[in-house]
Amino acid sequence: MIIKTSLGKIVLATVVLAEASQLVVSGGAGPVYVARDSQEQQRLAKYLSKITEGVAHDLENGVLIIVRH
Amino acid sequence: MKTYFLSIVLTASLGGILRLLILRSDYRQYPTYPHGYISHLSLGFIAAALGAVALPALLEEEFVAVTFLAMAAQQFREIRNIERETLASLDSIELVPRGQHYIEGIARTFEARNFLIIACALALSALDLAFFRRYQLPLRAAGLAAATLLIYFLISNIAGDKRLEHLADIRQGKVHFQGPNVFVDDIHFMNLGLEEAKEEYLNKALGLVLVPKTIDAAATLANIGQRQAIVHICAKLLGIYKDVDSPEFTPLVRRQIKSGKLGVLIIPATRDPQALIAAVKRVPVLEGSVSKPSKSHAGRERDDYQD
Repeated sequence: MIIKTSLGKIVLATVVLAEASQLVVSGGAGPVYVARDSQEQQRLAKYLSKITEGVAHDLENGVLIIVRH
Repeated sequence: MKTYFLSIVLTASLGGILRLLILRSDYRQYPTYPHGYISHLSLGFIAAALGAVALPALLEEEFVAVTFLAMAAQQFREIRNIERETLASLDSIELVPRGQHYIEGIARTFEARNFLIIACALALSALDLAFFRRYQLPLRAAGLAAATLLIYFLISNIAGDKRLEHLADIRQGKVHFQGPNVFVDDIHFMNLGLEEAKEEYLNKALGLVLVPKTIDAAATLANIGQRQAIVHICAKLLGIYKDVDSPEFTPLVRRQIKSGKLGVLIIPATRDPQALIAAVKRVPVLEGSVSKPSKSHAGRERDDYQD
């Protein structure tokens, strides 16, 4: 039997635009990555969601979070 | 006991054949492997033999033999556990799992079918001893075979499961976005952050709306196990568009709290709305999710209750 440990419903990583970086005080369970522009933000979020097998969610204030469901 | 030998052999084998007839392998993909067939057929044959022996044993006043039926019941209850364990361990590696609830339903069916076979074999042996025994073997076997077929048609028509189309009106809905939030008509599903994922949804996703016909249907459809069964079957029948690293494409069923209607959002491998509607219509209503508030006094007092 494969025992797989994972954190669910927890913010695994946060990707913010530079101008929104002051909106995030602490990164929750994961680190905060600052992206130069929205293109880079999308790319970082895509990579992180693939790596963590999480889903990227948009808080609509320049902050994207990756959550494992 | 010699006088009953032929009767026991005939009814036991016909019962075993009946088990074969109702052991279907379909889109549920279970059992598709030969070993599954072998174990179920042999258990079915044992069940039929038990049913076939019961009546002759009573006629011979061998009352102890009846206690064997109790032991058999215990044995068949074990089948349910085995089925449940097997399916549950397989379920953990499914991209879109069946869900515990659906598995429980399947396991229960397997158990119940063995009891059904005991009862049918009992009925066949009663028929044989009371009626067909006086005829020659070919006629006797043919008569019993005809009775078996009759029982088969009765089982397959009466024991037919309820389907989702009996509970809800199913129609296609429009998949659209409001900001990062994806909707089917006015039912909210989730927040998607990736532009790529949004595009995939806009181009490929299909949405359905299930409007429950009664307050009972609304209560049944709210069950999470029932909803998991819907997405599992949709994903199985229309193809899965997802891998472990793309959980955002997991098909979802969401409930609109206000009206109790359900929305289904799925990216199928083949984009065919009619096939999707047909698939959802045929989803079995799981026994454990059925609830009937309309049967209670309080339920009938509700504003939304209709006769």
